[in-house]
Amino acid sequence: MPLENISHIVLVLSGKGGVGKSSITTQLALALSLQGKSVGVLDIDLTGPSIPRFFGIEQSRVKQAPGGWIPVEVHAEQTLPATQHADGAANGTAPQQSYGTRVGALSCMSLGFILPNRGDAVIWRGPKKTAMVRQFLTDVLWPELDFLLVDTPPGTSDEHISLLETLLKTTAATAQLAGAVVVTTPQAIAISDVKKELNFCTKTGVRVLGVVENMAGFVCPNCSECCNVFSKGGGEVMAKDFNVPFLGSVPIDPAFVMLVEEGVRPTYPKGTVVGGKALVEREESVESKDGLLVDKYRECSLAPVFGEFVARLAGDVEARVAA
Amino acid sequence: MAPSLEEPVQVDLNAPLKAAPKLVAPEPEHCPGPESEQAGVADNCAGCPNQKICASAPKGPDPDIPVITERLASVRHKILVLSGKGGVGKSTFSTMLSHAFASNPSLTVGLMDTDICGPSIPKMMGVEEETIHVSAEGWEPVWVSENLGVMSVQFMLPGRDDAVIWRGAKKNGLIKKFLMEVRWGEMDMLIVDTPPGTSDEHLSVNSFLKSSGVDGAVLVSTPQEVSLLDVRKEIDFCRKAKIPILGIVENMSGFVCPGCKHESQIFRASTGGAKRLAADEKIPFLGAVPLDPRIGMACDFGESFLDAYPESPACKAIRHVVRRVAEEIGMQDDVLDREE
Repeated sequence: MPLENISHIVLVLSGKGGVGKSSITTQLALALSLQGKSVGVLDIDLTGPSIPRFFGIEQSRVKQAPGGWIPVEVHAEQTLPATQHADGAANGTAPQQSYGTRVGALSCMSLGFILPNRGDAVIWRGPKKTAMVRQFLTDVLWPELDFLLVDTPPGTSDEHISLLETLLKTTAATAQLAGAVVVTTPQAIAISDVKKELNFCTKTGVRVLGVVENMAGFVCPNCSECCNVFSKGGGEVMAKDFNVPFLGSVPIDPAFVMLVEEGVRPTYPKGTVVGGKALVEREESVESKDGLLVDKYRECSLAPVFGEFVARLAGDVEARVAA
Repeated sequence: MAPSLEEPVQVDLNAPLKAAPKLVAPEPEHCPGPESEQAGVADNCAGCPNQKICASAPKGPDPDIPVITERLASVRHKILVLSGKGGVGKSTFSTMLSHAFASNPSLTVGLMDTDICGPSIPKMMGVEEETIHVSAEGWEPVWVSENLGVMSVQFMLPGRDDAVIWRGAKKNGLIKKFLMEVRWGEMDMLIVDTPPGTSDEHLSVNSFLKSSGVDGAVLVSTPQEVSLLDVRKEIDFCRKAKIPILGIVENMSGFVCPGCKHESQIFRASTGGAKRLAADEKIPFLGAVPLDPRIGMACDFGESFLDAYPESPACKAIRHVVRRVAEEIGMQDDVLDREE
């Protein structure tokens, strides 16, 4: 069983499409890696795989080895140099930054790495999707991982049923299955679909590790005023209704979109404050595209937000295993 | 056994569907599909408990397809709303399209929600609490107004938040019922809203409607490449399935800050957006609709954005897109009020 190298499996779910499951998965993976954990990301969205694009590795191909597939490496375990722009350095409260950051290895698996052309449609009915999901769970040769994040398509259908069936069939995997992070956006239309996903978790006995409210507000880069583009607060209310933990809200950050879309190192106008912390303004105005994704992500306003999420998740998951 | 790295096999989109037999066990891996011509005789069928049932089921096209074709004979235009990506505004656009066409009292419009696991249409239409009435002639759609009828799985759920944990085959069965059992009646337009992706629901809608004739598909995308990537797949699907593409709409393009009126590209079109994609793929570009937080709010409250904010730039953009859709399917241009 190739999953035996993995300590904890975390699913990223949402009933609604386009709420940012892949974006949240990417950031959780980067944040875990920045805390020194080794992370794998498995993308089981077969008809619309986005993970290769998010990690900027669309050209990569899966390699075959005796006994299975070798996932695509995003970066190896290493120590990143200290940055003067790192978050927290502004208030002078991050002494560990000056010694550099130890990051864990990160690798990905997606159907996108197998398709010959990126624009090709994968037109598959349920049984074929089931077979592929099962293959992804049994035939991928993951290295030793602290966390495997599973990014899913929207809904509660073939991929989800197959995923859980396969994971719950082996008792070992059941112990490894830490639970699910459920992603939503604040507006009622998304919430009503995501409630279905929470009921799916209840029915299948998957523990909800927490709800993340994505796209909560947008800070205008011109006037720094925050506008709730997709309303606000719905995620927290829903978490309370279903008695599951609420991890927090994530605002829309155009710098993160730029980082994903074009690989540009995040920069912020003077005086931008996110979550009570002032972000450092860069002296040079040149757009820089050099460096590893994880290195550049350290300067994103969302990095501390996700740092908190994963610290909480890891603490919760590890405490449960110890108990 | 090492897994193969072969190119994924595509389903045959032109093969006629036959009626799916009742199975005794869940479909196994690599099942050709109980409704395919290969059912029961394909290599992968060996050892499957359903093999005999599939092999002995009557061959030939699904006898229900003529029934569907007859049911829909009185529906003049059929439009699919597609996107490879989720959350780009397929359902929002479907409701806008329906409201816009239904604003002409002489037209009758139907809206069918084929998103079985995440139905949004009833809430957006403000009819979430309704249920379906069944009569001897079939299922009655839920009427939002005198000339706008809606059908969705949401109307059939005992609890509003119940999860619909269904595999593909079961979803296909319900979509067929929506087309076969629902009394759509005399209609000028049937708009079919779909879930994201290119899977069971899309294949079924395509094969069930093939003989009744679909006017075409409207593709919805947001400007950023992560979304366009999936829309390219949907274009590929439409071409393979021979569904005409009426055009592509770019949604959430640009956001005007209500405070300082500065326009930001929240979902930045780093690769030229939907307009560039349309030009590359030689399909019509129907227009761009800006991101307006009031659209989302109108949807949350089940109101028509077009009626609530007729003067907003977003509303004007939507009306332009609707007019372009009407042009593409050859409706007279007096369907909507002329642009002032």
